[in-house]
Amino acid sequence: MNGQSSIWSLISTFGLMSLFAVGGAAAAVPEMHRIAVEVNHWMTDRQFTDAYAIAQLSPGPNVLIVTLIGYAVAGIPGALAATLAMCLPTALLAYYVSRLLNRPRESRWPGVIQAALVPLSIGLMAASALILAQSAERTIAALLLTTMVAVIASISRINPLWLLLAGGLLGFAGIV
Amino acid sequence: MRFPLDRFRTVLAMARPSFYASDMSSDSAPAPQQPDLAAAPPGLAALFLAFAGMSLAGFGGVLVFARRAIVEQHRWMTADEFNETFALCHFLPGPNIVNLSMVFGSRLRGIAGGVAAFAGLLLPPTLIMMVLAIAYAHFGDLEVLRRILAGISCAAIGLLIAVVLRMMTPLLKRTDPLPVFLMLGVFLTVGVLRLPLQAVLLVAIPVSVGVTYFLRRKVAA
Repeated sequence: MNGQSSIWSLISTFGLMSLFAVGGAAAAVPEMHRIAVEVNHWMTDRQFTDAYAIAQLSPGPNVLIVTLIGYAVAGIPGALAATLAMCLPTALLAYYVSRLLNRPRESRWPGVIQAALVPLSIGLMAASALILAQSAERTIAALLLTTMVAVIASISRINPLWLLLAGGLLGFAGIV
Repeated sequence: MRFPLDRFRTVLAMARPSFYASDMSSDSAPAPQQPDLAAAPPGLAALFLAFAGMSLAGFGGVLVFARRAIVEQHRWMTADEFNETFALCHFLPGPNIVNLSMVFGSRLRGIAGGVAAFAGLLLPPTLIMMVLAIAYAHFGDLEVLRRILAGISCAAIGLLIAVVLRMMTPLLKRTDPLPVFLMLGVFLTVGVLRLPLQAVLLVAIPVSVGVTYFLRRKVAA
């Protein structure tokens, strides 16, 4: 694929994907994995989980995993194209809808649609977790670390950044 | 051996000041007590900087920092207005916090304000992400960096599982099983069968909206 056509393919892929990204970035991870790893072979499984880890560790919205995917496909222009394609169309849509519904509470449809999307986005996020876990290291130690973090984060209010850094330290020490 | 360790330290150093700075600024927020900010909407530069600040402070999600900055620190919105705006952005597709920046900025300063907030939210972290992408392309295969990233990946997946569990709890406590079936259906079709998202949602959204509407009417009746 040459530079020009890969950038167009990034723009059309993420532009379309963003319109179906209900429940935010984590819910779109399965589709990103399907497109980037399974369909287009832009990245390996390992590169994809690495990209997810880097995006979680860095500041800013988690959706910026698309910046890393775009960079892997077409360098800096690809990174910018993927980021804008994923973020701008839906932001403009939100702008127009917010002007249409000045007071969202007046209509009951936003409430119904919002409630209807909740189970779907939880299902999608669970699918994200499954796909990422299948692409990551599958040693006993890695499984234990994932489980430990899941338990600690479920029962305490510790800042997630410390758990990510602890995971990095354990990896650095060669335990995972 | 040396480089990734240094990079790790830079990551730590990057993490700390913004974290403490954001904590301090919210602690010291009541001190200046600006008189009624709602009367004078913030300028475009102020919007850009405010969103850049909350974005750079937001490790693992920006929403908490956005609420803190908009409602408590700058007092640009009441808590109710913020919830209302966020609810709107949550039911629309796309990254919620990005939608929020555009809607919020445009409510204060028109479309230019929306663009300023959008750019403030995205530009600085995108630049950081590009630097990390370049570093990963060069050093991603180093053994020590591989191990560090493997550890971080495990932790990141654990965090995602915890979020899913937390969100699932209220769903499981309710008596109607239909939303749980819908959740499982989406999980199986997208996560196990790996069907395309569009195809799954084109079926799941109408079904879920219909079910929700029907259940609400039953409760109301």
